[in-house]
Amino acid sequence: MSDATLSSPSTTATPRNIPDRLHRRGARALKSWEFLLALVAVAIFVINCFASPYFLDPWNLSDATFNFTELGFIAFPMAMLIIAGEIDLSVASIIAITSTLMGAAAAAGAGVGLLVAIGLGTGLICGAFNALMVTGFGLPSIVVTIGTMSLYRGFSYIILGSNAYTDYPAGLAYFGQGYVFWVFSFELVLFVALAIAFAILLHATRFGRAVYAIGNNPVGARFSGIRTGRIKAILFLLTGLLSGVAAICLTSRLGSTRPSIAFGWELQVVTMTVLGGVSILGGSGSILGVVLAALVIGLVTFGFGLLNVPGIVMSIFIGLLLIGVIALPRLYARLKPRVAARRG
Amino acid sequence: MTALPPATSLSHAETDAANAPPVLALDGIGKSFPGVRALDGVALELYPGEVTALVGENGAGKSTIVKILTGIYQPDGGTIRLDGQEVRFPSAADAARAGVTAIHQETVLFDELTVAENIFLGHAPRGPLGLIDWRKMRQEAGAILTRIGASLDPGAKLSDLGIASKHLVAIARALSIDARVVIMDEPTAALSHKEIHELYALVDRLKAEGKAILFISHKFDEIFRIADRWTVFRDGRHVGSGRMRDVTEAQLVQMMVGRAVDQIFPERTPAPGPRVMQVEGLSHPTEFDDVTFDLHEGEILGFYGLVGAGRSELMQCLFGISRPSAGACRIGEVDLAARGAAGAIGQAIGQGIVYVPEDRGKQGAIKGLPIFQNVTLPSLGRTSRSGFLRLAEEFALARTYCERLDLRAASLDQDIANLSGGNQQKVVIAKWLATKPRVIILDEPTKGIDIGSKAAVHAFMAELAAEGLAVIMVSSEIPEIMGMSDRAIVMREGRIAARLDRAEMSPEVLVRAAAGIAADAKAAPLATEEPA
Repeated sequence: MSDATLSSPSTTATPRNIPDRLHRRGARALKSWEFLLALVAVAIFVINCFASPYFLDPWNLSDATFNFTELGFIAFPMAMLIIAGEIDLSVASIIAITSTLMGAAAAAGAGVGLLVAIGLGTGLICGAFNALMVTGFGLPSIVVTIGTMSLYRGFSYIILGSNAYTDYPAGLAYFGQGYVFWVFSFELVLFVALAIAFAILLHATRFGRAVYAIGNNPVGARFSGIRTGRIKAILFLLTGLLSGVAAICLTSRLGSTRPSIAFGWELQVVTMTVLGGVSILGGSGSILGVVLAALVIGLVTFGFGLLNVPGIVMSIFIGLLLIGVIALPRLYARLKPRVAARRG
Repeated sequence: MTALPPATSLSHAETDAANAPPVLALDGIGKSFPGVRALDGVALELYPGEVTALVGENGAGKSTIVKILTGIYQPDGGTIRLDGQEVRFPSAADAARAGVTAIHQETVLFDELTVAENIFLGHAPRGPLGLIDWRKMRQEAGAILTRIGASLDPGAKLSDLGIASKHLVAIARALSIDARVVIMDEPTAALSHKEIHELYALVDRLKAEGKAILFISHKFDEIFRIADRWTVFRDGRHVGSGRMRDVTEAQLVQMMVGRAVDQIFPERTPAPGPRVMQVEGLSHPTEFDDVTFDLHEGEILGFYGLVGAGRSELMQCLFGISRPSAGACRIGEVDLAARGAAGAIGQAIGQGIVYVPEDRGKQGAIKGLPIFQNVTLPSLGRTSRSGFLRLAEEFALARTYCERLDLRAASLDQDIANLSGGNQQKVVIAKWLATKPRVIILDEPTKGIDIGSKAAVHAFMAELAAEGLAVIMVSSEIPEIMGMSDRAIVMREGRIAARLDRAEMSPEVLVRAAAGIAADAKAAPLATEEPA
């Protein structure tokens, strides 16, 4: 332990003080994506208030939340998956196969408990298959899940054809139609609970830190001792499981299952995630952003519904909103130096 | 050791009366990168119908001069003359137009295209409408392939060919532009014995066609086999040039390494402690074979060798990135070679072996994450409670090690991507020291970082060894190996070629062992194995 021979000025000089943070967290939050989204949400809320007298009714607002709750369940694990640099496009098809199997079981006389178990189990199995293909065989997740997107829904079509399951036990209705307290539906309460749970998982645990590390540099994460395959596999399992949860709620809410159930939802989930500020290239994003994006989409859908705007116009609006919200900050960043140059 | 030949400056070249004037003549070429002077007024002349061997250590400036000649880099100063006319190559296309072409160590080819398409990519013969004249392209490709003696089908897809055939395609591509100057950058590195001889025949044919050839190689036997002239670079400077028949191997080696060690290394009094790690007969299916060595507390063990000698692969295997095919790696009572593939790296970290990789940007720094998160990534077990992060403890841990390494950063919350290379390296080293390792493996720890950071890393390595840490340092820089290591192992083609004590190390011995040159009796390789 003899440092006596050392004469290096760089290591014996008084250490420099490096501050933990340069800016206060509050100052940074004001510039954040989430702040911008919150402003958009408030603006849409205010516009809605003026646009329709029925908007501010608590029950109407409560109904509006069904526009995003089920999508939101899947958007949380999807956000983590995209942050880790992967994606799952089979989520809507997982809903289809899950709901179909639940319907078949209900037709065979299964009770509510068994139906829920089938719903969660099917979601997990579908997620596990995606995980195996991506992390086990090293295939790109976008290709694998485009494949399983057709595969899972294909099973639904084989089982159901042009028929539908409509006989569900009365007890199942609670998940999609029940209220926990006053106007607060079971789905809304579950949405809030899941938002909190996923926010903690992503932002406050070692697991979440590993997700960010993998998304920013998968090789570097592996070279730091992170078991990247295992973490990605867990994320695919979570996405499958939450797709199962969404399937249970959606089936309960609709009271029927057709093979086309939740058709196109995978893109709506990805839209919600990206609108929430999750980088499609991986590495950054937050659960708060996804929650705010869910609120924005829900408010827009509800407002347009009150005004009797056709659905196609709404999808155009959501598309423009997505492009606008993503393009504006980049345009601003590009224009800022020019503006500053002109002024200076 | 015989005396050096007179270090002929290039202006003396005309003493050879039979000589045609040089096709290409470089003079006073300089090139600087931030913190590094890669080339400092070098000269180089290439003659028609002759092969000039460019010799130098790693980092001597050989690759830089190739990039300048092919228009990829612009020199800061100096002149390039083609047939006596001063020229500039602002882009790769300009260099190609002037007839300068290069065959690189790893040529960029396109697996999904045909042989003919690869040869003519970017300058395909065109028909009247500006469309590619496929028939003509195939014919010309066939003609070039015949000229270089390659029996390849121009219509074959590249992905169906072996490495040697791909190499021929690369050569054909280089010749498709009617080159007058052909640069070959370690062309035999990936070739088998038979293919190498075919390449020699090809070089002879190109000479007969009057091309001027610049041949870069570490292998002395092949330099003496095919070169007519030599030029030696050292540390970005021109050391000498001349004819092969006037020079010996020993003289070339001496010119390559004969520098005054101008870097200052920390003074150390090494006091090796007990053994921490024992590697026995460790082998890999392709990269290295039968590697045996011991590592002791408080020592710095240097690994020298040419690029591709298997050093990094060996270190990554010790760290658990790849699996050995045979052998053992014991640390304490644990044999890390016997571990399963899953979680092997975690186990190595758990046993106190950590690895600071050579490829800092890809394997070391996690760009996009702030400094403190980079530092604590492998130590999260200590800074978290049952899986939950504790930011205050993370900042404290990161601060301890970053300040110890004299990191220059605005804040610990800053993205590591915004730091200079040297400071990124400090963060990566801090990351591993924070795990409190017993063995730290540093792979080219000062590659591409500025002199100041270099000195800091060296001083810190000495400090770590003094504290009892076992340090393995992989380096391709002879001064660094000689200045820092207590013992050195030289690897060549995946095997240990020499083991040297500090007293036995000399630039000549290191270079000879690494290049596989038959050594004189004094520095017999494999002569100095210490008892296990």
